[in-house]
Amino acid sequence: MAIKGPVPQIPVPVWRNFKDLQEWETLHQKRPEGDQHSKAFDAVTEGIHSFPGGFLVTTVADNFFNWARKSSVWPVTFGLACCAIEMMATFASRFDIERLGMVPWASPRHSDLMIVSGTVTIKMAPMLKRIYDQMPDPKWAVSMGSCANSGGPFRHGYHVVKGVDRIIPVDVYVPGCPPPPESLLNGLLLLQDQISHFRRTGKRADPNPKED
Amino acid sequence: MSSGTVTADQARTLIGERFSGSTVEGTTALTVTVTPDAWLPFATFAKETLGCRFFSFLSANDWKDEGLEVVAKVDNTDTNLAILVKSRLGAGVTTCASLVPVYRGANWMERECYDMFGIRFEGHPDLRRILLQDDWVGHPLLKSYSVDTPYPPYR
Repeated sequence: MAIKGPVPQIPVPVWRNFKDLQEWETLHQKRPEGDQHSKAFDAVTEGIHSFPGGFLVTTVADNFFNWARKSSVWPVTFGLACCAIEMMATFASRFDIERLGMVPWASPRHSDLMIVSGTVTIKMAPMLKRIYDQMPDPKWAVSMGSCANSGGPFRHGYHVVKGVDRIIPVDVYVPGCPPPPESLLNGLLLLQDQISHFRRTGKRADPNPKED
Repeated sequence: MSSGTVTADQARTLIGERFSGSTVEGTTALTVTVTPDAWLPFATFAKETLGCRFFSFLSANDWKDEGLEVVAKVDNTDTNLAILVKSRLGAGVTTCASLVPVYRGANWMERECYDMFGIRFEGHPDLRRILLQDDWVGHPLLKSYSVDTPYPPYR
């Protein structure tokens, strides 16, 4: 009868020990804390807010703006790879995101949302950054699919950016390869939830808007 | 015998007569291994004598210590004659004759081959990188290119 050797003790994986996660923490882009508006606007809002009863005006205005922004998120049509097919299916009549107030728009100047749908190659990265920079504030980004989240199956290729969050700050990550339209819709609804808390006290919402 | 009607058997005989240092394998689709010196003459021969007017593709292999090997496929679409031409460049050799004077379709293929393997095709009219950007360092399909070569800040 064969004698079994000692069972190798596999250490419990420690989250911090993953090299990839350490890389992610150092390299991923974070949102700036506050909304970007002028000092004069801030001063006027602060004045109204500190006036007796003025908080009613500011909170109502905040809620109104939040509702308006969340109800008209226009994604820029930006398809990179096969995820773009699912994105187009989401835009089209069967899953119809126009009922959520989202109009796919072919100009970054009029858009609020960039859905990064697909593999970001190193050659494409400067163009992606430029299109993102052309969008007016406030703007959001959804990373769609494994490739945009982390590089996905091409992570160890020579030409792929390991996650689009190395280039632009990302609000919602949609997993999947590719994510079906239902997944993307769920991500977009999460994003709307996040936007609906956007201008409370002029700060960006917490990562989990449900607890806000 | 006109060049448009060369069959595989005739082609094997013709290649054996014309290129003595080459080896021919296969029955319908021929695999011909030639010396690097015979690379361009063989292409000329294949186009003019064997009637292979369709240039299918050109690529390369990296056999590490044994050096690089260029591969090209040319077809005679009239007689369904397919010829795969191979040539070992030898260890450390990164130059090869260009096929652009014979086949114009080889232009972008050789640019891609230069991009990925660093083979300099002599006689190519415009040998630049085609897929990667111009400031890329290295040739990524070589076996000596590490998959984790950093390219800050993207990878």
